[in-house]
Formats: sequence, structure tokens, C-alpha cells
Amino acid sequence: MSGARPTLRQYIGQLWSRRHFITTFATAKLTAQYSQAKLGQIWQIMTPLLNAIVYFFIFGVLLGTKKGVPDYVPFLVTGVFIWTYTSSSVTAGTRAISGNQGLVRALHFPRASLPLSLVLQQLQQLFFSMCALVVILVAFGQYPRFHWALAIPALICQSLFCAGISLIMARLGAKTPDIAQLMPFILRVWMYTSGVMWSVEKLAGSHEGIPSWVVMALRCQPAAVYIDMMRYALIDSFHANQLPPHVWALCLGWGLLFFAGGFVYFWRAEESYGRG
Amino acid sequence: MAEERIPTVVADGVHITYRVHGAKGGKGSATSALSRIVSRRPAVGVREVHAVRGVSFASYRGEAIGLIGSNGSGKSTLLRAVAGLQVPSAGRIYTAGQPSLLGVNAALMADLTGERNVVLGGLAMGMSRREVKDVYEDIVDFSGINEKGDFISLPMRTYSSGMGARLRFSIAAAKKHDVLLIDEALSTGDAKFQARSKERIGQLREQAGTVFLVSHSNKAIVETCDRALWLEAGTLRMDGPAAEVVAAYEEFTAKPKPKPKAAARK
Repeated sequence: MSGARPTLRQYIGQLWSRRHFITTFATAKLTAQYSQAKLGQIWQIMTPLLNAIVYFFIFGVLLGTKKGVPDYVPFLVTGVFIWTYTSSSVTAGTRAISGNQGLVRALHFPRASLPLSLVLQQLQQLFFSMCALVVILVAFGQYPRFHWALAIPALICQSLFCAGISLIMARLGAKTPDIAQLMPFILRVWMYTSGVMWSVEKLAGSHEGIPSWVVMALRCQPAAVYIDMMRYALIDSFHANQLPPHVWALCLGWGLLFFAGGFVYFWRAEESYGRG
Repeated sequence: MAEERIPTVVADGVHITYRVHGAKGGKGSATSALSRIVSRRPAVGVREVHAVRGVSFASYRGEAIGLIGSNGSGKSTLLRAVAGLQVPSAGRIYTAGQPSLLGVNAALMADLTGERNVVLGGLAMGMSRREVKDVYEDIVDFSGINEKGDFISLPMRTYSSGMGARLRFSIAAAKKHDVLLIDEALSTGDAKFQARSKERIGQLREQAGTVFLVSHSNKAIVETCDRALWLEAGTLRMDGPAAEVVAAYEEFTAKPKPKPKAAARK
């Protein structure tokens, strides 16, 4: 019989044997992105830098959200880059199947390759952003130190989370393409509540009447946790007491929960992708 | 001969229906969409297309089967169902081995060089990195891309349509297939390349088994295939030796509206 779903164990095996396709596809997508531009791959690092400048101008200079946040530029830029990784994983995941119908209809391969590959592409992009970030950090007096190594486990946990949520969105987006239209709005709300440009704690402190459990929930949700972890790792003036309690457990927990859950959720519809 | 024929694909009363979103019969304006939502009328934008209606056939090892029929007669849909990429809404398809659609084009990216596309296409078809490396030279040589200079290191978007088609076919044909399904691959490319691909299809048949070929070139069907299926409006109209089926099909297409007397010449 053609087209039945493999068991979960078989499926993982198939994915493993396609690992080279997954990595090559990610790199190919990344390279193709700027191949028409005259400056070419320089845009990989220019785009995040320009983004950071725009956000700094709006939130730092015009709106003055920097009040009370020491080292505001590193704080903001770290937030923007880490948030971009999460949000672009969600966006890419949503279109992973629905945007690659041709590929899905023409070839046999474990479909999870697509969302995973696209998240890998975002991770590669983040790598370029991080290079830009190091430059900015040094320019604003944050010199490399051993503490920076904490960024690595934080990034691994975030990558698990991003892969998981991308798998979930891929299944949802494959079934209901309309979700792609809705995502920008959801992501914008998510961004503003994740403390990308300001400190959620400080903001809540200046508004009376926000229950403390709401503030706690906002600080413990995955996007905020990963942003604050990275700030804690890279910025001197961002201290451990600004992190929510049990932050490493949250970091790893969100990652594992979403990755395992997302993987199984995606696999359960494996045979239905590409059959509109 | 009939004794030791090994079946590779068996299709049993296959029906395929598509559901198409956004194919509205009525007005497509935002206000009418809104009024539909408010009045809760059910899914107007969804339409069903009955592409294949009850097709049955069996194919055997070593056969090359041509699929002919006018545009929209369900040939490509049927191929996709054989490849397992489309579920029949009724009926069943049994296959020995893994049928693969010659469809690497979907994995290739126009902005990348030919080189990288060869690797990407090979990996997308399930080859390992090593296997791709081994066949790389063969693919490039077979495609003849480099015959007029070093084109393989240029982005694919700079290729002419014929060159692109040649590279795509070369990548796809580099893999050993149990059942190979080819959809309109040979229509582009010059005479020299067409001869070469015909030869390659012959080799693939010897190696593995069955080749299905969809083409609008009756000549290509007669020359490469020994058997042909003629689909018309989703039903199987004729199944037999390629030359006979093509002759009947040509007669059918020569007259826009088939009158009863069309069947006279036999």
C-alpha cells in the first residue's frame, strides 16, 4: 500500500537518515535569500543591525522606554535578536508545509524535515545576529567574560522550544492556511508582552492594579524566559534576581515539553500532509 | 511470457476527488464573504473536483507505460496517486517497491548554482552525501550543461528552460527506482538530449521495473513505451500497445467533437 504512516520509532530513524537533506536545505534557503542582492551575504549581518537601530530609535529615543534600564542598548538588542529567533521560527513553521506543497507532493521524505530545516535556517541566521551582537556589546562596554558561556545551554533549550512550536504550527498551517494571515497579529501581541523592548517587571511596577500572578505568568512564559536568560548571560548589569524563580527548570522544561509534544503532534498527521 | 510477469502496480477502481478552496462560484467580494459568515451558510468556497473516475490497471516489471489524454484528463493526478502522494477517495492502489515521481524540480532553488542544486536534489531524493558525491560527475556529464562552458557554477535562474529541464531530468534519473513516474520531462531539451534520455529510460527499465511516462508528445510515447493508457475526463478509455492507443488517440483529437463515424476506421 502506498502512503501509510510509519511508527514513531521508524519515523525518527527516517528523519535521522535525512539529516543531510535537512542541513543542506537550511543552508540553501539561507544562501538563496540574499543571492539577488548586490551586497550578497553581507545582508545576513546588516539586516539584524538595521533592525536593532530602528528599535533603538523608536523605543530608546522617541518613546524613552529605556528609563530605569541600565545598559539599555545591549538589553534591547539582545531582546530583539532572541525574540526574532522565536517569532521567525513560528512564522517559518506555519508555512513549512503549506508553502512547500510542491515538494511535499513530489517527493517522499519525513515531512518533519521541513519545519526542522526551517528552524535550523533561523538558528543559522541567529548566529549571524549574534556576531553583530558581540560587536554591539563590546561597543557599549560589555566585554567577553566566562559568564557568556551560559548563552550556549540557553540557546540549546530555546532551539528545542523553537523546533517544537514550529512543528505544531506546521501541522496547523497545513490544515488551515488561514492561520498564516493571523500569525503576525498574534506574534505582535506576544512580542509586546514578552519584554523585548522593556522590562516587564518594571513596567508592571509602574501600573497599579496588575495582579502579581499575571506579571509572574508573563515572566515565566517561554519567549520571555529565553530573552531574559540571554540578557543574564551577556549583560553585567542584568542580575539573577531579575530572572523568574527556577529559571533553568523553566528553560529546559519549556524546551523539552514543546519539542516532544510538537514532534508527536506533527507525526500523528504525517500521512495527510500535501493532500488538500 | 504471461507466466512470469511480476506485477509492480495494481490500481483497482481508483477514484480521486480534490477539494479546492477559494473556487467560488458566486461573487468573491469581501462583503459577500462577510454576509456568508454572518448568515452561517456552509462552506461556499469549497468545491470538489472529481479528477479520476474508476480507473483500474496492472503494470508489470520491465514495462514502460505511456499515459496520454487531453489536458485535465487526470493523468498527473493518477501518477501522484500511484506515487502514494494522493489518497484515492475510493478504490485501492497496490505497489511493489516504492514508486517515485520524477519531481525533484520542487526541491531545487533557482537562486542556487547548478552544483548545489545537484547535491540538494540528490539529498531530497533520499541519497546519502556519499552517494551524491559518487554520482555527481555522471549527473553533470549526462545533463550536458557544461558542454558550452562552465554553466554548472552559475545560478539556475540563468539557465535557459531547456538547460534547466535537462539538469532536472539528469538529477532525477541518477537514482535507482523501483517504479519511476515521469511527468512531462522530455518535452523540453534538444534532439540530442531527448535521444539520451530515451536511452536512460531504457536502462532504468532494465534495472528496476516499470516506468510511467506522461507526455503530450505522441512520438515520445510511441518511441519510449510499449504500452499506453489513454485517459479522458478521468476515465480509462483505452489500454493496449502504445502504437494502437496513440493511433486511436490521434484520431480522436483530430476531430474536436467525436462523431459516431469516428470509430469507423479500425
